[in-house]
Amino acid sequence: MSAVASGAGVHSSVELALLGRKSDVKGRLFQAVLLLTLLIALGVLVVLLVTTLRTAWPVLTERGWSFVRSDVSSLPSRAGVWQGLIGSMILVGFVAVVALPLGVASAVYLQEYARDTRLNRLLITNVRNLAGVPSIVFGILGLVVFVQALRSVTGPDSYGKSYISGGLTLSVLVMPIIVLVTMEALRAVPGSIREAAYGVGATRWEVVRSHVLPYAAPGIFTGAILSMARAFGETAPLLLVGSITGYLSTPSGRGPLEVLQGKYTALPTQIYAWTKLPGEEWQANAAAAIIVLLAMILVVNLFAIILRNRYERKW
Amino acid sequence: MVTSALDARITLEQMRGSAKRRRKERLVKAVLGSAAAVGLVVSIAIVVALIGEAVSWLTKIHLSWLWAGAWSPRTNEFDLPTIFAGTVLVAVIALAVAAPLGLGAAMYLSEYARPRVRRSLKPIVETLAGIPSVVLGYFALTVINPDIVKKVFASAGTFTFLAAGIAVGILTVPLVASVAEDAMFAVPRSLREAAYGLGARRRTVTTKVVFPSAVSGVVASLILGFSRAVGETMVVAIAAGATGSALRTFDPLSGGQTMTGAISSLAVGSDQVRGSSLAFPSLYFVGLLLFAITFVLNLVSERFVRRVRRMH
Repeated sequence: MSAVASGAGVHSSVELALLGRKSDVKGRLFQAVLLLTLLIALGVLVVLLVTTLRTAWPVLTERGWSFVRSDVSSLPSRAGVWQGLIGSMILVGFVAVVALPLGVASAVYLQEYARDTRLNRLLITNVRNLAGVPSIVFGILGLVVFVQALRSVTGPDSYGKSYISGGLTLSVLVMPIIVLVTMEALRAVPGSIREAAYGVGATRWEVVRSHVLPYAAPGIFTGAILSMARAFGETAPLLLVGSITGYLSTPSGRGPLEVLQGKYTALPTQIYAWTKLPGEEWQANAAAAIIVLLAMILVVNLFAIILRNRYERKW
Repeated sequence: MVTSALDARITLEQMRGSAKRRRKERLVKAVLGSAAAVGLVVSIAIVVALIGEAVSWLTKIHLSWLWAGAWSPRTNEFDLPTIFAGTVLVAVIALAVAAPLGLGAAMYLSEYARPRVRRSLKPIVETLAGIPSVVLGYFALTVINPDIVKKVFASAGTFTFLAAGIAVGILTVPLVASVAEDAMFAVPRSLREAAYGLGARRRTVTTKVVFPSAVSGVVASLILGFSRAVGETMVVAIAAGATGSALRTFDPLSGGQTMTGAISSLAVGSDQVRGSSLAFPSLYFVGLLLFAITFVLNLVSERFVRRVRRMH
């Protein structure tokens, strides 16, 4: 009886010694502080959504779909986001057509073809640096190259301030990001997959096309989608390449090329313009436009995350 | 017998495959290679465009205009210290917000969160990175400044560097957190286990083992965050009162001009800005400075990231 009791006593004293004599208050506190920083960062997102939604609520409930379908107007009660929404979609379309194939091709070269030479190392370092260049600098590049130098192509009648200029500027901006995420996705495909293909006599391109790219596809698409979302919300470079912040007339009966060479606006530029206008009504409009913008971006992000979680592979 | 066996041997020529296949290979490689060269072309275009325009502007002005006491392009006052001060002020405030939040979040995700929690929290942090800066600008102007800055400091105006800096900081948190978390997560398990084996607690392991091993990555994350904050435009353009002209100031409670803000207000071209024909092209010069600063910061942070890779 007493042996058992003393055994339990030894057991608990050993346990106490192992766990530390007092409970680890500082450690708990440290963990709580760390969790708090994470929660603050996420809490800001919630506060931002809630306050914006509250300001936007009257506009969204009273005007609802007509706010989405209305054009830009000087009257706050008539202004809507339709032109901006269409404009942003055309710009993102440019990114999809120009930056996506170029970016993926570039990444395939750098990751699958390039040997470790000085030139290739320079190319990779250069892409990394481009991804960190402030977006407004790309705006200046677009202004000099697309708006001024190539005016006769990008928009002879709109002083070069056209969808083409805006779309190409955003493409140049997003391309380095697409290259980096694609390279990451390609790197994640194990070498054994490639060697299996080489082993049965495939050429390098056959290996890439039929083995590496299919396995890397989910990663590439996720990255591409996130880059499109980035392009959708990008504002600063568009200010330089002439996205209209005021009234925009969209005459009907123009051909596709004339539309693309014509003046344009985008959703984020409209938000910027409305934020700068005085009066509560414009603030409410800006908030409502932000809700439209965030809704699109969050849906796209969610889609990308689901895609990744669903098709992600563990090797 | 012997000769026929030799004949059946595969020749080098056969191993090369058909000429058509080889031609295709070369073509594909050339196409992919030229796509890769586009990045380099873009970089060269940026440098050439910026330097060309900036130099032609510099030759037309008096250099004393660059030290005029105020930023007022309309009246040919292009005081560089004014916009430098604004930029540094916003970036420092941003880092003061992003460093504790980002590094704290990174430590929690890397060292404390269970794998399932980590997997669900990381995408949310990444979503935060997807919020357009124009939205944060609106948030700074309509919420952070009136509800926080003005409540604490009664003397604050409608546009303040402080509110803009806080908002830029929020924008930078995901970047800092993600780069720092990568570095901490990459610290080998064996280091942690050695410390646990000596009886260290989790806090000790985190602060005395993981953090020092990952310090290069942490430094890289902070430099990248600073660089991002220096280049942030829309928040500053909306919430820091980036109007046509501004006085040289280091007061976080006043509004003023930054490098990016100066470029955007020149581009939008309100009447306060135009007036002098030399006003608009000054944006090329400011753009060149901005490019140079962020370029150096990014190169330095890349150095640090590479050091992490070498270590593990």
